[in-house]
Amino acid sequence: MKSSLVLLGCAMLALAGSADVRATITQELPINDSAIMDGIPRNLSEFGFFQDPKGRVPHGNLISYELNTPLYSDGADKLRYVYVPAGGRIDASGDGLLQFPVGSAIIKTFAFGEGETQRYIETRVLLNRADGWLALPYRWNDDQTEARLALAGARIPITRPDGEEISYRVPNKNQCKTCHSKNGDVIPIGPKVRNLPGEFLKGLAERGFIGTLPAGLEQLPVWGDDSASNGKLARAYLDVNCAHCHQPGGSASNSGLDLRWEQGDPHAIGIRKPPVAAGRGAGGHKVSIAPGDASASILVYRMESNDPGVAMPELGRSTTDDQAVAVMRKWIEEMPTS
Amino acid sequence: MIRVTAAAMLLATASTAWAETHRISPGEGAQERLQEALILAQPGDTVVLEAGRFELTDGLSLDVDGVTLRGAGMDASVLDFTNQAGSGEGLLITSDHVTLRNFAVENAKGDGIKSKGADQIIYHALRVEWTNGPDASNGAYGIYPVEASNILVQDSIVRGASDAGIYVGQSENIIVRRNYVYENVAGIEIENSNFAEVTHNIAGRNTGGILVFDLPGLPKVGGGNVVVANNIVASNNTDNFAPEGNIVAAVPYGTGVMVMANKGVQVVNNAFEDNLTSHIMLIAYIQEYDDERYEPRPVDVLIAGNSYGAGGSAPDIAGGEMIAAAFGGALPPILTDGLHKRLSIEDTVPVISLGMERVGQSRAEAKPQLINALAAADTARFAPVTLPEGMEARVQ
Repeated sequence: MKSSLVLLGCAMLALAGSADVRATITQELPINDSAIMDGIPRNLSEFGFFQDPKGRVPHGNLISYELNTPLYSDGADKLRYVYVPAGGRIDASGDGLLQFPVGSAIIKTFAFGEGETQRYIETRVLLNRADGWLALPYRWNDDQTEARLALAGARIPITRPDGEEISYRVPNKNQCKTCHSKNGDVIPIGPKVRNLPGEFLKGLAERGFIGTLPAGLEQLPVWGDDSASNGKLARAYLDVNCAHCHQPGGSASNSGLDLRWEQGDPHAIGIRKPPVAAGRGAGGHKVSIAPGDASASILVYRMESNDPGVAMPELGRSTTDDQAVAVMRKWIEEMPTS
Repeated sequence: MIRVTAAAMLLATASTAWAETHRISPGEGAQERLQEALILAQPGDTVVLEAGRFELTDGLSLDVDGVTLRGAGMDASVLDFTNQAGSGEGLLITSDHVTLRNFAVENAKGDGIKSKGADQIIYHALRVEWTNGPDASNGAYGIYPVEASNILVQDSIVRGASDAGIYVGQSENIIVRRNYVYENVAGIEIENSNFAEVTHNIAGRNTGGILVFDLPGLPKVGGGNVVVANNIVASNNTDNFAPEGNIVAAVPYGTGVMVMANKGVQVVNNAFEDNLTSHIMLIAYIQEYDDERYEPRPVDVLIAGNSYGAGGSAPDIAGGEMIAAAFGGALPPILTDGLHKRLSIEDTVPVISLGMERVGQSRAEAKPQLINALAAADTARFAPVTLPEGMEARVQ
């Protein structure tokens, strides 16, 4: 087994320059289900999620997907895949998170640049094991030939395609859990039915992974869609970027702020809500959202700041999401003041 | 020393696999080496911070139950977050049965050490400090356990927090003892918590010494059964440097002990000295709220056995100067806004009431008056807080 892997690896290195690596691979190695279920692989390649060491060619059993409204990560592009073991069934009742069977994996690569200049920074994997989900970060090397486990995370200087120099943070294993946590358990946060393209869910159904399609597809607007209502964009952004911590059972539950899409109580989403433990994060403002006055709203203040201790989200960004700030400002300015 | 370690390891073996000690030295790569040790530690293990200064660039975190993080002393092993570029706190603990002892956290960008949902945690002989002293740009809380049960914070020093030096929130069964908190906005704050004991601490030169608060709209509401006893609460006259918007930004300088809302608070056998507004203050929560569970007034408060030195001579409240003048140059040592329910005062000192009649009434309508020490609350002392068996033995 091991020697054949090595041989294949050599073959791929030799082929790396060819235009279509995939076409030359006649027999695909299976995904390493035992690595998903047990142990902490030191290299991303050990999972067999990709057919080439550079991670450009996904295994045929990976299903790629996108989200209508994605999480902002300093403007990184994300390549998302899900793997469900043969015969596995996904529970897709309700409009929330898909419930994946044990043995599933979610794989997300963070990259900057396009085409020839595209560089992978890190690949994060979520593994659904018998005792629950495990989140692991893998960091790509400078030569882009392998991604190694980065349990302790890393801080990497990156020049974005727009020329901005940023200090990009690869989260450590615990920081993965900070966001991916509900009542102390690790859970996925992205693949919610309401935020997934209908096409993707239909694809899952066609492959037999889900039975009947759930209701409530695509409630969240596509980020950047000019025809979407600004209020919906704002609530979608909060649901995707903030609510994994700011909800009951989440990492910021003690704040009392609940930014989930389905939360209908104005106070719970921050309207006229005083801060609890914000410290200097309050920025001298008295409430999270001051209707009609975005500049007096803690929520906007913290989204605009890049200062650790003030900036929200606390993890995963070192730059401001200007587009999101504009949406949020407009949403708050248009709120009725009485 | 070796014998002691061996004995401790044998003890640990009884309940867990063979415990290991991981020694981490300061210097090149400390961030990754220390964080990796905290991730790979197994329950029962000890991570030792060797003496020296650990220059850190990001927050650290621990998510493994039963781990001890131990330094060579609160002045010897220093986690230095002066150049921190990310995370909301210096050190974050999210697992149970953790012991933190004998090290320092300096200049964290957000909170110093936070533990969330971490039951049976011990903070022992730590120093958490913002070395520039009082400054609104300092982090909010020094030692910050929240949403947990069985918390012990002892023999530690906190300085410079722009909110509270030691803050325990939304928790139960708490002992905060023998700490020294100075030059914070609030020295010690117990908030939305039950069964707490704050004893034998020194709270000096903060804006407010010891606060017992209950706020509406949080997951856990209805704090009470809090004892504040045998503390020295002195010279808490630092100008309030909390960023506006935070509840402690409204605490007047010169506050000794402040009780806001809560049911069942006993302030006994403390020594008060030189708090220029008031040694003990009882107030209702007066902001708007929408929370049926919430009682905004302090209920069942007992004040007994305290000693009262000079104070109240420069009260930082509306019309304070006039009121002080009317009472011979200083406010009496105990002040209530008048909205308390069931208050027992055994101490024979004057008590001033602002004479408020309803929650939310404008302070402009205050009718300051001396009131008689009432005896309406149950005066039976609360039973001492007891921690689970074996917990305190971890630091003996």
